[in-house]
Amino acid sequence: MREAAIVAFAQSASLRREMDRNEVEILIPVIHELRTSAGLGNEDIDFVCSGSSDYLAGQSFAFVAGLDAVGAWPPVCESHVEMDGAFALYEAWVKIQTGSADLALVYGFGKPSMGDLPITMALQLDPYTQTPLWPDAVSMAALQARMCMEGGVCSEAEMAARAVRDRRNAKQNPKAQLKGDFEVEALLAEPHLVSPLRRHDCAPISDGAAALIIASAERARQICQRPAWIRGFEHICEPQDLGVRDLLRSRSTELAAQHAGANRGKIDVAELAAPFTHQEILVERALGLGDEVSVNPSGGALAGNPLMAVGLARIGEAAARISSGEADRAVAHATSGPCLQQNLICVLEGD
Amino acid sequence: MSEDASEAVELLRIPVELDYTYSAGQSASRFLRAIAEGRLLGQRCPVDGKVYFPTRGSCPQHGVPTAGDPVELPDRGCIVTYSIVRVPSENIPLELPYIAVQVLLDGADTVLMHVLGESSLEDVHMGMRVQAVWRPRGEWTTSIGNILYFKPTGEPDAPYDSYREHI
Repeated sequence: MREAAIVAFAQSASLRREMDRNEVEILIPVIHELRTSAGLGNEDIDFVCSGSSDYLAGQSFAFVAGLDAVGAWPPVCESHVEMDGAFALYEAWVKIQTGSADLALVYGFGKPSMGDLPITMALQLDPYTQTPLWPDAVSMAALQARMCMEGGVCSEAEMAARAVRDRRNAKQNPKAQLKGDFEVEALLAEPHLVSPLRRHDCAPISDGAAALIIASAERARQICQRPAWIRGFEHICEPQDLGVRDLLRSRSTELAAQHAGANRGKIDVAELAAPFTHQEILVERALGLGDEVSVNPSGGALAGNPLMAVGLARIGEAAARISSGEADRAVAHATSGPCLQQNLICVLEGD
Repeated sequence: MSEDASEAVELLRIPVELDYTYSAGQSASRFLRAIAEGRLLGQRCPVDGKVYFPTRGSCPQHGVPTAGDPVELPDRGCIVTYSIVRVPSENIPLELPYIAVQVLLDGADTVLMHVLGESSLEDVHMGMRVQAVWRPRGEWTTSIGNILYFKPTGEPDAPYDSYREHI
């Protein structure tokens, strides 16, 4: 495997609604900050890869406009995934593995506040038998949460404890959207949003963007004093139909973690992009995270959920903790599809 | 629908209707508010000083945020290229044939797409000097449609070298 590392990271604040900036205008300062902090010009970048969704933008080929933030001169080698930017990072990592790039700029951006997000998400389901019923994303997650509670995976109090932890951690994160001190009992006194889920069980709807630089070993050392080396990287997909999956565990996270070697060493930090509290528990269990692991020091997706950027931001947050010396080994998670259908695990290590 | 299992389902209607609250963005909004007052705004790239029209938040060539005050441009320029359109389009209410033109406004480095009026199909040519014909002031809105069309000014043609870069 060719050594590659995350060497720089930038992100916007997660906001419930960007009032006057469009998607690209959210991205522009993030890319600018990233390149300035890494001291890179466009001529230094071999490959550009992005993650976004035209369904969030409500315009076809909206992602092409994202290149306005990057600049396309000299002509750039560019690709895009209709997924979270974490999966764009995977593509860039593969590109580096093949030797056809040494340094890549990866970004993800989304402005879901423009539409009705839970309904828009129904478009990722089977177009013949599921989408026509328009099941919204929160209701689908609620079905899974109910199964998890009745199947002994977790209780409402354990779920609320995740929201309490993540929002408390997010107090240290100036980019987070939901933060503060909450009590489990007080949260459980709140009404259900979609039973058994309460508002705190659901990640917020957030507009935002994230971007990072991935570099081969030679380039990484020139840019960053302590690069966050990618020592394992895998994503695994389960069937789309909920009826044929085991919803009480995240089999694809387990497999991705296994292939990426997540448990080959002590994990200091885990950054998870699970958008519901019970899913965060499922991912924690799939990774086998114990009490000694600092889970979601940034607050995770439950504290800020810029769709299409939230997974990439988890990798960036984990990498930043390696580069700062706070952690030696970190695991970052990203997800796609209904109820944790597809999961990505990235294992990062310091020198 | 047939009960015969051997018959293929050939048609399925699944109406998709999604509503969006769309924001033009800061840069486009600035442009649109200005054109509602009859002003044309561009924006300068901080790297090479080129003027983008309309205003935009970044230079798409260099990928840097555009900086400084917008640049106000005159409503005249020259035709960089043109096409005579003889096929109808659902959302274009113009009478056929009409002349679609790319106009390079004086002081701008990007071209504007519009139509040419008050000119015969035989007269239009590259380098032709043109100016905007505006709707009556009372009808101005936040729309590029405030300019009805461009018309020839009768000035001598712009030299080829002045617009060759934009072809």
